[in-house]
Amino acid sequence: MSGLSLSEDSKNALHNESMAVKKLKKLFSYGLCLAPFMLFYLLFEVFPLVWVLVNSFVYEEEYSLENYMELFNSEFMTQAFENSLYLAIVSSIIALVLALLFINSIRTTNGKIKNILISLVNICSNFSGVPLAFAFIIILGVNGAVTLLLKNMGLIDGFNIYGSAGILTIYVYFQIPIAILLLYPAFDAVKEEWHEAARLLGATNCQYARKVVIPVLAPSIFGTFVILFANAIGAYASVYALTAGNYNVVTVRIAALVSGDIYLDPNLAAAISVILMVIMLIVVILNSLIIRRYNYVKNK
Amino acid sequence: MSKTNSRLYHNTVISIVIGILLLPIVATFLYSISTRWGATILPDGLTLNWYLKLLTEERFLWSFVRSLGVCFAAMGLCIVLMLPAIFVVYYRLRYLKFICNMIVILPFAVPPVVGSVGLIQIYSDGLLPISGTFWILIFTYFTVIIPFVYRSIVNSLEAINYVDMIDAAKLLGANTFKAFIYVVLPNLKKGLLSAIFISISILIGEFVFANILVGTRFETLQVYLYNTKAVSGHYSSALVIFYFAFIFVFTYLASVFSKVERKSVKRRKN
Repeated sequence: MSGLSLSEDSKNALHNESMAVKKLKKLFSYGLCLAPFMLFYLLFEVFPLVWVLVNSFVYEEEYSLENYMELFNSEFMTQAFENSLYLAIVSSIIALVLALLFINSIRTTNGKIKNILISLVNICSNFSGVPLAFAFIIILGVNGAVTLLLKNMGLIDGFNIYGSAGILTIYVYFQIPIAILLLYPAFDAVKEEWHEAARLLGATNCQYARKVVIPVLAPSIFGTFVILFANAIGAYASVYALTAGNYNVVTVRIAALVSGDIYLDPNLAAAISVILMVIMLIVVILNSLIIRRYNYVKNK
Repeated sequence: MSKTNSRLYHNTVISIVIGILLLPIVATFLYSISTRWGATILPDGLTLNWYLKLLTEERFLWSFVRSLGVCFAAMGLCIVLMLPAIFVVYYRLRYLKFICNMIVILPFAVPPVVGSVGLIQIYSDGLLPISGTFWILIFTYFTVIIPFVYRSIVNSLEAINYVDMIDAAKLLGANTFKAFIYVVLPNLKKGLLSAIFISISILIGEFVFANILVGTRFETLQVYLYNTKAVSGHYSSALVIFYFAFIFVFTYLASVFSKVERKSVKRRKN
């Protein structure tokens, strides 16, 4: 009797041990699958960001707020932030309005044309950065075809593509396709019957748009605005290629401080980067607060 | 508003927006095939010389080869590193999905200029002095495409019943590794292809990291394009159109494969 129970005990012990080994092996194999990715992710995504955050508080090898003080006291830097914010907000709003009008119109066309138009927009969404800046110089430069056309028609005296109006135009251009592609699926929530119902109740098209369509779409519109805003405030290639870094925006300042050939100050660049990220974070938080107000749409 | 009026309004809106979007592309194309386009609204004469010049320019061809090399290396690295990680999370550690979604959104949220500030400092000296070489581009490009590769693979994985597939393979005597390689992976083919095409079309257009981290020490297509702007507008235009045709093909292929994916998902649900 006792011999039998002993052997059972040892069996259990053996069993437990092999279970533990198995568990360890399992954990090891999980680690083996996850570790390589995490290593590269930490090295090339997380560490650079941590470096930026830490070194923005380092001035002449000591922890201080000096970099931030320098930022807020420099008119040149605050101007860069003003320009960036202006470009980001205005270009996002213009692109949103154009996208809303465009989607509203293509919804009235038949399926095939709709698909072709959306594919076309998708292709245009790839046209940004350096190639876009070149194209803009060709059509809107001093001797650009569109500049000459408008001049001949007597509409303008000349157009300075390297000034704020020209840069705003290029920002609006690369924001429009993104706005359309992001907002287009949201319009599926708007039912055609609602339009008929609103009309039966005596609403005009304008009232219908203001009281029904916009509130239903509001969460998507604000969400799209956040992405457009982040896209514009972080944009660098287009404005750099267009003006060779002569127009004062935040990203151009950052790049000049880490890779320029006149004056390098990576820690100041880090401080600008932190402020830039904080601005983006504030917009995201504001957006989620606003969207919460519109939750009733989803609940119904 | 009467019916013809509203039709007219909608057509006008569509034409204006599409016109704005196409104008720079059409103008660049015209510029690339014109002999001279000075102070007139339309070009003087037409020629294909700029394309001929482009295709015989060694500096251009090398920059294109370099770009392709870095893009494919980064994409290969990304897929090899992400496949096992995604698989473990979706098969065994499903409670990590939420964290995964946060991890993959970070490269999308951080502007490249901000990322390059830290990268250039960390990798200029110290243990891994790879700044200014193509290595840093490969590793940085790996982070750039994480969100896109993740989405493509996960969409594809969620469209198939991978848990039952693996269980069936195990019943027939395969271990998890074999089940993944021989049963699940072939079913992810379309997702992987869509990931490949979308990654290449994004990376071939990348300028910020390439210019700040490496510059002319390893000239990629976009950096070369930027550096040709002083040479000739017509030549640069031909280059832009060449680049645009290239990404056009790749985004088209990506959309074809993601469409096939979506259709198969629909069928499953029906």
